Amino acid sequence: MAIELLYFAWVRESIGMGAETVAPPSDVVTVSDLIGWLTTRSPGHAAAFADPARLRAALDQAFVPLDTPIAGAGEVAIFPPVTGG
Amino acid sequence: MIRVAVQESAIDIAAEHAVAERADAGAVATFTGLVRGDDGVTELMLEHYPGATERALEALCAEAVARWTLAAATVVHRVGPMVPGDRVVFVATTARHRAAALEACAFLIDRLKTGAPFWKRERRGVDARWVEARDTDDAAAARWL
Repeated sequence: MAIELLYFAWVRESIGMGAETVAPPSDVVTVSDLIGWLTTRSPGHAAAFADPARLRAALDQAFVPLDTPIAGAGEVAIFPPVTGG
Repeated sequence: MIRVAVQESAIDIAAEHAVAERADAGAVATFTGLVRGDDGVTELMLEHYPGATERALEALCAEAVARWTLAAATVVHRVGPMVPGDRVVFVATTARHRAAALEACAFLIDRLKTGAPFWKRERRGVDARWVEARDTDDAAAARWL
């Protein structure tokens, strides 16, 4: 199933794009699985996702822990811890 | 009433304060965050997650309105390039009495720093770097749980 991915801040810069559409295999169940699978796509992906402890995620615009299943999500965003205000 | 705005234009505090004032309320508390230039920062760039940002801020405002029985809550956050002295964020809370307004205002600014998808990149001359999240911000947000 196709998933729209969004990247922000240094994750976006490392990967070199702000969005892409992917179709992960069925053994990619959680956000963590997705991040692991994405590292193989390019050196930029590998650099951005080298340390999952530095990453946060949102499914369909709601913040979620990285062990959350992605089934049913149309939009997955991956980004660093937020620094607004 | 909840007002949330994410904008590239300058924040007009007088206009926002006028919106926050209500005939049925006795208190408006506000917080204004400014770009600091005291450590050589020449430009601050704010990136955000359109759609998710507004949704997160609206949820925080709704939580504040319910918890402190507010008459109104306002969060206006600027995005894009800014320079030292510019207003980054404005929070206003409107209530019958000051204690609720002041507490709710502190809640909103503490929680939005860790709970809304904004990212800051500081520039010092030619050197630009993304700002790291701070543990003290997590602690400030956690005290409201």
